Amino acid sequence: MADQTTNSIAFVADGNIPESPPPATETGVVKWLRDNLFSNVTNSVLTIVSLYVIYLLLASTMPWMLNGVWNASSLAECREILAGKSGACFAVLTERWHQLLYGFKYPQATEESARILGGLLTAEGYWRPNLAFLLLIVAIAPVLFFDLPRKLLLFTAVYPFLAFWLIWGGTILAPLVALIGFVAAAYVFQTFGRGSFAVGFFGAVAAAFAVWIIGGALIPEGASENAMLTAVPSRDLGGYMLNMMLGVTCVSLSLPLGIVLALGRQSSMPLIKWICVIFIEFVRGVPLITLLFVASVMLAYFFPPESTVDLFLRVVIMITMFSAAYIAEVIRGGLAALPRGQYEAADSLGLDYPQAMRLIILPQAMKISIPGIVNVAVGLFKDTTLVSVISMFDLVGMIRGPILASTEWNGVYWELLGFAALVFFVVCYGISQYSQWLERRLATDHR
Amino acid sequence: MSTLTDPPNAGFRLSMLFNDTRYRSLTFQVIAAIVLALCIWYLGNNLIQNLRAAGLNISYSFLGDPAGYDINQRLVEYDSQSSHARAALVGVLNTLLVAFLACVTATVFGVIAGVLRLSNNWLVSKLMAIYVEIFRNIPVLIWIIIIFTIMTAVMPGPRAFRGDNATSSMVLDLFAFTNRGVYIPMPWFESGLFASAFMNWMVVLAGLVASWFVTGRVTTWANHKQEETGERPKTFLIKLAIWFVPFALLMLIMGLSWEVPELKGFNFKGGIKVGGPLIALWFALSIYTGAFIAENVRAGIQAISKGQTEAAAALGLRQGRIMNLVVLPQALRVIIPPLISQYLNITKNSSLAIAVGYADITATLGGITLNQTGRAIECVLLLMLFYLTASLTISMVMNVYNSSVKLKER
Repeated sequence: MADQTTNSIAFVADGNIPESPPPATETGVVKWLRDNLFSNVTNSVLTIVSLYVIYLLLASTMPWMLNGVWNASSLAECREILAGKSGACFAVLTERWHQLLYGFKYPQATEESARILGGLLTAEGYWRPNLAFLLLIVAIAPVLFFDLPRKLLLFTAVYPFLAFWLIWGGTILAPLVALIGFVAAAYVFQTFGRGSFAVGFFGAVAAAFAVWIIGGALIPEGASENAMLTAVPSRDLGGYMLNMMLGVTCVSLSLPLGIVLALGRQSSMPLIKWICVIFIEFVRGVPLITLLFVASVMLAYFFPPESTVDLFLRVVIMITMFSAAYIAEVIRGGLAALPRGQYEAADSLGLDYPQAMRLIILPQAMKISIPGIVNVAVGLFKDTTLVSVISMFDLVGMIRGPILASTEWNGVYWELLGFAALVFFVVCYGISQYSQWLERRLATDHR
Repeated sequence: MSTLTDPPNAGFRLSMLFNDTRYRSLTFQVIAAIVLALCIWYLGNNLIQNLRAAGLNISYSFLGDPAGYDINQRLVEYDSQSSHARAALVGVLNTLLVAFLACVTATVFGVIAGVLRLSNNWLVSKLMAIYVEIFRNIPVLIWIIIIFTIMTAVMPGPRAFRGDNATSSMVLDLFAFTNRGVYIPMPWFESGLFASAFMNWMVVLAGLVASWFVTGRVTTWANHKQEETGERPKTFLIKLAIWFVPFALLMLIMGLSWEVPELKGFNFKGGIKVGGPLIALWFALSIYTGAFIAENVRAGIQAISKGQTEAAAALGLRQGRIMNLVVLPQALRVIIPPLISQYLNITKNSSLAIAVGYADITATLGGITLNQTGRAIECVLLLMLFYLTASLTISMVMNVYNSSVKLKER
């Protein structure tokens, strides 16, 4: 029996079969394609449709982009060079880049600029906004990245005054007095704020105003006329620079205002709570354009009769109020998301309200609110284009106004609009990527 | 011997206003009230002085004066002799029109893009990601201008449709895309039940509402039947008949016919003209807001835990039914609150109409009327009042809907 069985077995494996490569459909590119693009009929159809859409997009834009003309002085010349071929006329960008970036009235090469830096940064004499922009990067870096040395924050504190002086020019005394006022306020708060927050706060406000009034009286009349940097009136600012200035100023001003509004809305004092609620709901209920109308036609009626507040400042006030209301709502969400125990723990440690907020509540609430705040900031930056509606010449205003209306470049739509879209995309996409990085960085919970 | 007595009553000291929690909040509120009153007094005083210096007063009587300007795109009767109030009404209706249209299309775009972004198809999901990122990160004003430029500078003029060797032709001989706007066929009734077209359309609307109501009853009946017998009756054909038979009958009785736009002279005549500004605003708001809605939809679907899908699959439900019966009803709860704020954004962003010359409320009341009459304060106040009312109404209606789909907890 046993023999029979052993004999009837035709083959006995005496070793491992050598490993063979997986079938072609189960590996590499083919598998990836089958899994991700052609897993079933619907998917295959979708893939083919998408490929066709991509082909259409590229086929219509690539020749246009690649044939682009970068050197010409007018659209007519551009068309001559292209000679009937489809092609972009990027020459408008090389011709008018200074208008797109700085507006059409910002002083170009002045004698002073040549004297001081000898056209160190650019030959065109736009070194003032350029330097301000470079310094902005330095100033904003320690705020965005915590790993940088904290000493750099000192420069951040000085930066607004420096940038004001660089861009608007005029006497250096004005921003200097403003800076000294803030330093005095900070000193008073440091000295008296330890005992009682209220005393320190009101003392600081009083000190700042005292410095500003005395200092303002000390600045001699006509100090701006022979200043180192020529004074530039606000209406001469324009282009992308104006968008950047509005964006940076309004975001940084609306953040503290938004925090105050959010805390006010949570307050147990009915009067303060209702002031904040009405303000927030009112501002969130109307479009930004109506607020800009207020800035351009209505706000002047609310200032003292003899004063003239320039349009830039009025617009900054309104946009700041607008974004502060949105930031307040975001932070309110953060405050509400904190467990009740955090508030109670702060109370039981014997901290008073300002201490509890500053040390316990706000750091946690702000961390939760970061994505929302960044969204508001991106939205605000995009909304700065709306000032073109009230005839300020920001990037969009420059394109629609002076450039498209000029005889040379009448009809160059896509190159200009594409450029505007590109610069906004770069900044906004960058900010949102930063926010995602920051969220990962701040995530202290275990996942 | 000594007797224990209460500590002497300290009485009221001034410092207690700041240091005693019993009085402190009162002190702060009084200070706040005084500061607020001072601010209002200061601003009001400036306003009165400035108005007096400019020889103005606050009065709304200008609303009754003839407006003296024409509006192309309008839903109600209007000519240049109508009052400013009438012009404002035209503007209000135009705002509501574009906001409504954009809300509908933005939702469609957003849901499609949001669902496709979660698709297994790598290419499709990447394409949708690119769409979302590009449209979210570029200002809506630029999109409006880009689409307006396409509508005016790229579309052919009516002249291109004329002659034997016309360079452009009408799509299906029904639609004409020109740089003056898009012309589409207009339905009208030859033998309507009423004299006015408006009443006839109301009859059609009433018919549709009735059909909707009856199909709802059919669903309820089917549910009961299923609970009683375990068998769900097939209702699809019944519902289809309820929707279409009365509708078709109504159309037949009233004699539906189409007025097709025709090239006459220098321009197209007949049909409905949808102006370039309206299309630019509508389409730009839709794709821009659609990108935001896509993100909300994606977040909503991803918020539903995988276990739900797997449980539904374990019960033997098919892919489509898992989406319709299990995932979407739960995801809606997450999606609706941000969707409300997107609708509010559309309504508010429709005020950008002024950039392309669409006659919405901002362009009529806040634009031409304001410039003609110089009544800045009155016009801006009315404008804000309208937007506040619209925003509050939308959020109220959507909140009612939100609470009806909300998770009912005991």
